[in-house]
Parts: sequence; C-alpha cells; structure tokens
Amino acid sequence: MKKIEAIIKPFKLDDVKDALNALGINGMTVTEVKGFGRQRGHKEIYRGAEYQTDFLPKIKLDVVVDAAIVDKVVDTISEKANTGKIGDGKIFVLPLEQAIRIRTGERGIDAI
Amino acid sequence: MKKTIAITILILLAASSVLWAEEPDPTVFTNKEAIDLVQTHANYLWTLVAAALVFFMQAGFAMVEAGFTRAKNAINIMMKNLMDFSIGSLAFWAIGFGLMFGVSKSGWLGTSGFFLSDFSLDGDPWVLAFWMFQVVFAATAATIVSGAMAERTKFSGYILYSIVISAIIYPIFGGWAWGSLFNGSGWLEGLGFIDFAGSTVVHSVGGWAALAGAIVLGPRLGKFGKDGSVRPILGHNLPLAALGVFILWLGWFGFNPGSTTTADTSIAMIFVNTNLAAAAGAVAAMIVSWVKFGKPEVGMSLNGALAGLVGITAGCANVTPGSAIIIGLVAGVLVFLSVLFFDKIKVDDPVGAVSVHGVNGAWGTLAAGLFDIGGFSLSTIGVQLVGIVACFIWTFGMAFIMFKIISGTIGLRVSPEEELEGLDSAEHGGIAYPDFGVSTHD
Repeated sequence: MKKIEAIIKPFKLDDVKDALNALGINGMTVTEVKGFGRQRGHKEIYRGAEYQTDFLPKIKLDVVVDAAIVDKVVDTISEKANTGKIGDGKIFVLPLEQAIRIRTGERGIDAI
Repeated sequence: MKKTIAITILILLAASSVLWAEEPDPTVFTNKEAIDLVQTHANYLWTLVAAALVFFMQAGFAMVEAGFTRAKNAINIMMKNLMDFSIGSLAFWAIGFGLMFGVSKSGWLGTSGFFLSDFSLDGDPWVLAFWMFQVVFAATAATIVSGAMAERTKFSGYILYSIVISAIIYPIFGGWAWGSLFNGSGWLEGLGFIDFAGSTVVHSVGGWAALAGAIVLGPRLGKFGKDGSVRPILGHNLPLAALGVFILWLGWFGFNPGSTTTADTSIAMIFVNTNLAAAAGAVAAMIVSWVKFGKPEVGMSLNGALAGLVGITAGCANVTPGSAIIIGLVAGVLVFLSVLFFDKIKVDDPVGAVSVHGVNGAWGTLAAGLFDIGGFSLSTIGVQLVGIVACFIWTFGMAFIMFKIISGTIGLRVSPEEELEGLDSAEHGGIAYPDFGVSTHD
C-alpha cells in the first residue's frame, strides 16, 4: 500500500477526481491548503500598494492505493493537473504501514 | 317611499346648484391656503424621506469600514458605527442642535434650542422634521472618523470622541455656514459661502477630524515596515465594502437633493449632478489605477465613487450636469493621489476617509465656486477658500487637542496585545464569524 499526496491547483480537482474514479479508486480526502514552491507567490495590489502573496491557495489530495497501481495513479494525476504553467504543484508517494476501516475493522488492502 | 326619496334628491340637487352658481370658480389665489398646505406637507414628506436615506448611509459607512478591515475587528466596527449614531443623536439633541441653529448674535455660536426646546405640542412641528434631517447629517460627520481610526482605537475613547464631535466640533462649524437655515446666523454664510449640502460642513469636518485621529493614534501594527515600506493590510470582505459604497451612493440621493428641505423641481438637477459626479469619480479612479498598476483596482475605484459624491455635495445645486462630471473626474484622480500621499507620510487610514472626505470636501467646496452657474468671480473663490481654511483650522485643531486629551486620560489606543488579538475579542468579548476558519493574517 502507498499513500499518494498530491498538491494541485484548486480548479484542477474535478478533472483529477473524475480520472481517479475512472481508474476504480473509490475514496480520497481533500484539504484546502496554502503554500509556495519555486514560484514564490505573486504580486497583488490593494488600495494602491503592491504586495507579495507568498502562500497561494492549493488543494491537497490524499489517496491510498495498492502499490501495484501507484505509477498509473501518479501518471493520471500529473496528466490531469498539468497546465504547463508554474504552480501546478507536486506529488509525493509514501509507504503506508496499515489501513483500517473503522466500521468493520477490515485491515490492509481490504480497508481502502 | 321611492317617490319621496326621488323628490328629496331633486330638491337637494336644485339647492346645491343654486349654491354653486353663487360661488365663483376656484382659482389658484382663492385656494392659496389649501395649496400652501399641500406644499408644506410635501416639504415634510420629502425632508423626512431624505432623512431616512441619509440615515441609511450609516449602514454604508459600517459596511465600507468592515469590508476594508480585518475580520477580527468586525464587531468593534459595528459597535462604533452603532454608537456614534446613537450617542451622537443624544448629544446633538441636548447640545449640538442649539449651538448650530440657535439664535446667534455674533455669528459664531448658537445660544438657544438646546434639548429641542423649540418644540412645543401646540407649536410648529417643522422643527422636528428639520432636527431629524440635521441629526443624520451630524451623525454622518461623526461616523466618517471611525474608518480612519479603525482596528486600533480603544472603544471607550471612541465613545468620548463621538460625544464631543456631535455636541461641539461639528455643530459650531455647521452654525457658521448653515445657522440661518433655522434660528441662527453664521459669519461664514454672511460672507456668501456656498456649501449647499456639506462638502465642507459635513465631509471636511469628518475628514479633518479623521486625520487628527489617525495622527494621534499612529499606524496599525505592521502597516509600515522598518525600512519605511508600505505593507497593505488586506480588507477581509471587498464585496461588503462595495455594498457599503452602493448604499452610500443611494443615501446621497437623500443627502444632496434632500438639502432643499423643499419638495420642488430643483431636486431633479441635484439628483442628476450627484449621480454624474459619483460615476465620473469611479471611472477616473479606475483609469488612474489601471494606468499606474496595470490592473483596474477595486478599492481605489470604490473610493473614487465616494470622492465624486463628496466633491459634488457643495455645488450640487449651483453647477450644471456637465460641470458635475468634471468635478467628479477631478475628485477621482485626487482621491487616488491623496491615498498614496497619506501612505507616504505614514498616516494610516484603513478606508481612505481623509482622502475621500477631507481632501475632496475641500475640492468640492472650491469647485462650487469655480463652476458656479451664476458666473465665476474671484471674490466667491476667496470666500470658498476662507471656508475651506477655517474648517481645517477649527476641526483639525479642536480634534487634535481632543484626541490628545483622550489619549492622555482614559486612553485612545488599545495595547499591542489587544490589537494583535483583535478588538472583537479584546474589547467586546466575541468573534464576528465563529463558523469560519482560522485566519493566519497578522
């Protein structure tokens, strides 16, 4: 089992979700986050004064999958979340020790 | 039975026709009394409807101020706006109205009509309609200051300020320019000073008092960097600020045309002038911000509309619609330059109250002379300048002393800890948006 954390542009979430559903992925968790990378935010104007916005709004998508389909999932997210412009985000893949479905107590792959 | 009724009706008809025949046809002159009464009733109605519109401007000011500031101070801003009107109304009833419109031998100070004593149950109720219209004006001047002092003022200090401006600072200057609208007579109006609806009397008074308040308070924590850079503190709800501007714009249709306190045809041009100046102000401010920053910036554009409204307030009844547009365009540019100027000299005015009301109040007063339908004359310009300068000296001077005294006694500014925590929690023990997420803005 692997956990995939993808930081993506908020308006790409629907495309990514639909593509993951099409792969047969049945669940995911989404968090509204803020952050910056090499892009370092951008300039905005408020009442005549320019300012730097460092933390830009992003979506963090958590999805746990069978190790066998990790590459497929990562490729799907990268493809669907890609605009070609700076600030498209990142994908992290982490090993996952255990998963438990609270209602039934199922463990491992059965729980995801 | 039927016959009897028919005969009675015939007799009555005959009798009435005889009566009619003896009376001459009614004319405007024979019915003068009735016509005058209708006009009087119309005047009451228009004046009080306009007063209600001006009252609604309180909501506009509250929304503009809340929108342009942070969520952690929203309750405090609602309380300030509620209380400067409520306490201000009582202060104006007790003292202000008498100083402004009471009998004045010198032209400097009214001396009668305190506690609305001009009203008696069997007397002329016009004093009530007039008082109602004037109290919402006094409250407008008072609430202008709130925005410039937002996010750092101690609430008790603000209450004290509200009493002083509504009871003393606003009414005394107002009496100089408007006293003769009731029982008074002001020295400034005696010179021929033109300020129809209060560019100077209301807006500059509010604006210059706001300047004094912002200076005595000092800037909000974090507004200016150690290197002297300007660090914008973002408003938490720009749609709310925009709603406030629309409400103010609507209220101005009572503020300016209502200042006739007469239901006659002159209100049409005043309405049109008011609208055109606001529109021109918004457009001008948008264009200037677009050219300067590459984007049409919303905060400046909103301030531009208000600047146009303040600018036309003095001359709304004595300039042409074409002139109103020019006045509004200049106001829109002026407010832009003025906001940048006050940032530069490190006066922190979160909503631009000094630029909108102080600076453009002065511009509008000058413009009422420059574009006077009656013709341009240097002596009129001279009188307008006297009024502008007198307003600044009186209001800024008095307000500065008052704020210094408040600062040195009960205190004018909250502690840095309270300011960082937000006045809602520190001063009022609440939060405005409990169901919303944590904000990390400092």
